[in-house]
Amino acid sequence: MSQQIEKLDGYEGPGFMATSLDKAVGLARKNSIWPLPFATSCCGIEFMATMASTYDLARFGSERLSFSPRQADLLMVMGTIAKKMGPVLRQVYEQMAEPRWVIAVGACASTGGIFDTYSVLQGIDRVIPVDVYVPGCPPRPEQILDGVMKIQEIVANESLRRRDSAEYKELLASYGMQ
Amino acid sequence: MISNENIIAALSAKFGEAIRAVETPYNFLTFTVDPEEIANVLQFLKEDPALNFHFLTTACGMHFPDHAEPFGMMYQLHNMPENTRVRVKCFTADPSPIFPSMTRFWPAANWMEREAYDFFGYRFDGHPDLRRILNMDSLVGWPLRKEFPLEDPFRRDKDDKMFGR
Repeated sequence: MSQQIEKLDGYEGPGFMATSLDKAVGLARKNSIWPLPFATSCCGIEFMATMASTYDLARFGSERLSFSPRQADLLMVMGTIAKKMGPVLRQVYEQMAEPRWVIAVGACASTGGIFDTYSVLQGIDRVIPVDVYVPGCPPRPEQILDGVMKIQEIVANESLRRRDSAEYKELLASYGMQ
Repeated sequence: MISNENIIAALSAKFGEAIRAVETPYNFLTFTVDPEEIANVLQFLKEDPALNFHFLTTACGMHFPDHAEPFGMMYQLHNMPENTRVRVKCFTADPSPIFPSMTRFWPAANWMEREAYDFFGYRFDGHPDLRRILNMDSLVGWPLRKEFPLEDPFRRDKDDKMFGR
């Protein structure tokens, strides 16, 4: 069962097709996202099911997990992040090369969840910018897949050099990053 | 087999009135010691050949705000050959107490006392490396003291109108 890759807009003839570069690159990027799983608790278990054969994240071109942030495109934060872990998460994010995206999986990563307490980070968006939030405690693998597909939409439709945009620079500056 | 009565008799013979509040909940010998004597009592329990409580199972801080002496430490010792345990407590009214460090008798007390420092702010005289162990270094305050606010004070999305606080 493989995902149908939709056809791009462009000029078509026998045996060839012409389209704009950003669309071709967007198509390539969105179907080859290398995720870095930052799994700290039960959402990480759901992610294991998402990776495994029934739900099969490989259908979206994301079967190659990257356990080094330097080769990863997508940081998947799954689970409770203690405040002591915050600087570690931030360092992992800063080590990722552009372009990079972040998905917060589950209530804890998104808002701190039930852990409204002095030792738990109240949502990872307090230390790094987040592109997609997946609700649930923990979310079902379908929900994680939905989050990944939302990321794919962002990736496909984004400008090739998003990091040059003023909006992106402003976003990073608001987190004290370059 | 050493009985609870023998342990208390041996301790009372040596330390007299310093051994207080003896009880045996679930047949677990528990008593309270003056903080000045806690190091001597634990050393005696460890080194006396008849008692031989050679293993420090655990130690932790305590805070009972309603008590006259709210701040305390608790130690659990184990005599493995006899499979006998004791629980020793000591209390003080001093809000920033300094207890003697047990690292001189049991190196295992190192992290236990760091935990008590981390969560209660108790200091330990003679501890080799007394700093926070579980919480982030920048945390202000002592989280397991009962007056510490449990909820994260930096959340803006909860207001009293909706959550009744």
